[in-house]
Amino acid sequence: MKEYAYFLGCITPNRYPGIEAATMKVLKKFDIETRDLDGASCCPAPGVFGSFDLNTWLLIAARNVTLADMMGLDVYVTCNGCYGSLQEADHLLKEKPELKDWVNENLKDEDLEYKGNIEVKHVVELLYDDIGIKRLKEAVVAPLDAKIGVHYGCHFLKPSAVRGHGSSERPTILDELVEATGAESVDYKDKLMCCGAGGGVRTRDLEVSLTFTKQKFESMKKVGIDATINPCAFCHLQMDRGQVEIHDKFNGELFNMPVLFITQLIGLSLGMSTEELGLNAHAIPMTEKFIR
Amino acid sequence: MSLIEDIEESGWVFGKDTIDSIYACMQCGKCTGSCPSGRITGYRTRRLMNKVQSGDRSILEDPDIWLCTTCYTCYERCPREVKTTDVIRALRNVAAKEGYMSKAHRATAMYVIKTGHAVPINDATKKLRKKLGLSEIPPTTHKYPEALKAIQNISKKMKFDKLVGFDWNTMNLEEREEK
Repeated sequence: MKEYAYFLGCITPNRYPGIEAATMKVLKKFDIETRDLDGASCCPAPGVFGSFDLNTWLLIAARNVTLADMMGLDVYVTCNGCYGSLQEADHLLKEKPELKDWVNENLKDEDLEYKGNIEVKHVVELLYDDIGIKRLKEAVVAPLDAKIGVHYGCHFLKPSAVRGHGSSERPTILDELVEATGAESVDYKDKLMCCGAGGGVRTRDLEVSLTFTKQKFESMKKVGIDATINPCAFCHLQMDRGQVEIHDKFNGELFNMPVLFITQLIGLSLGMSTEELGLNAHAIPMTEKFIR
Repeated sequence: MSLIEDIEESGWVFGKDTIDSIYACMQCGKCTGSCPSGRITGYRTRRLMNKVQSGDRSILEDPDIWLCTTCYTCYERCPREVKTTDVIRALRNVAAKEGYMSKAHRATAMYVIKTGHAVPINDATKKLRKKLGLSEIPPTTHKYPEALKAIQNISKKMKFDKLVGFDWNTMNLEEREEK
């Protein structure tokens, strides 16, 4: 049995708790236990808070990592933004002793000390490395018969020198996970493109942000994709609610394409129900292939 | 201080070398060619790099600098290994200090100071959490007041509250003219 602390962030627990439920259920099925990371906050968003004040960004991110560090547990996330902040902060602190001293000096009042004894992981790493494609395949009881458009998002892979998951140009890790469920991962134009939400663009300029999203859906529709999957709660929100916003802002176009977090898709293939995975609470309803 | 010194100061967490990578820029334009935002807006990464390199402070008031989604595509592809996205974030820190922070961005920051979360919980999600067998309130700053206090202490210590114009009496944003 393996045990991890789960850093929830904001969008997962506060908008899409189905991601949280699905993730814990899927991991548990493979003997990976999740512990609460009590008192965690916003990561805070790397492209947003990192753009406002890097000192505040680093301290809050370091505090979140330190909570797990003090539990002595590696920590996982279900959002690329959270990954961006926590993994980057941890990387900087491990590389630069002067930063570690500065952080600890400032966290002293909160009775916290960053030691750097743990790793920050993305749930995709747990699925791929801890569980593995072979075990996933063996556990599938309700294979998916669907064409899936994979959306990787940005901060899971980039910057590749910091993240360490290889080249960001033609990754396969998520496609392999999708195909383990029986579904087919179908390439589409701009597959690796950003969803448009990051860097504070969604907040400051919703129309620009939605134009990214719209381009991705148009490309997915062209090649007959049934649903899109992602590894990021923020991309997930942008792509699910974003479809309603695109409809409202750009004269009626409605793609109606189901959006699933990677563990929600895997959950379906393991025989879990649409309802227990929180899929029926999405802005865009599931189509027949994803109702179990 | 010159623009580059300001950016180095704001971006000290990345180190001086990261920010100074800007001097390797040869204006090839691969960043602009890779930029998904530049495809649909007037934002041009190459031009931003040029202005930073030449110390042109007018870039701070250019609203286009906020159109980067920090997707890192230019950063990955830059043939001169300019740490573009880090430079952009540090540059935005300088712009924020000079008052160029939109109201929408200040509001996002306000939520973190007020609740610990940029996207706080609401009643509909509480209900859904319960239905899914999760605790109604997640085990975050939402559940632990002392954890929220820690976030607020950090905000004060870093003068983040001043930067975004947070009023502790009203627990809301101060009125401020948008630059």
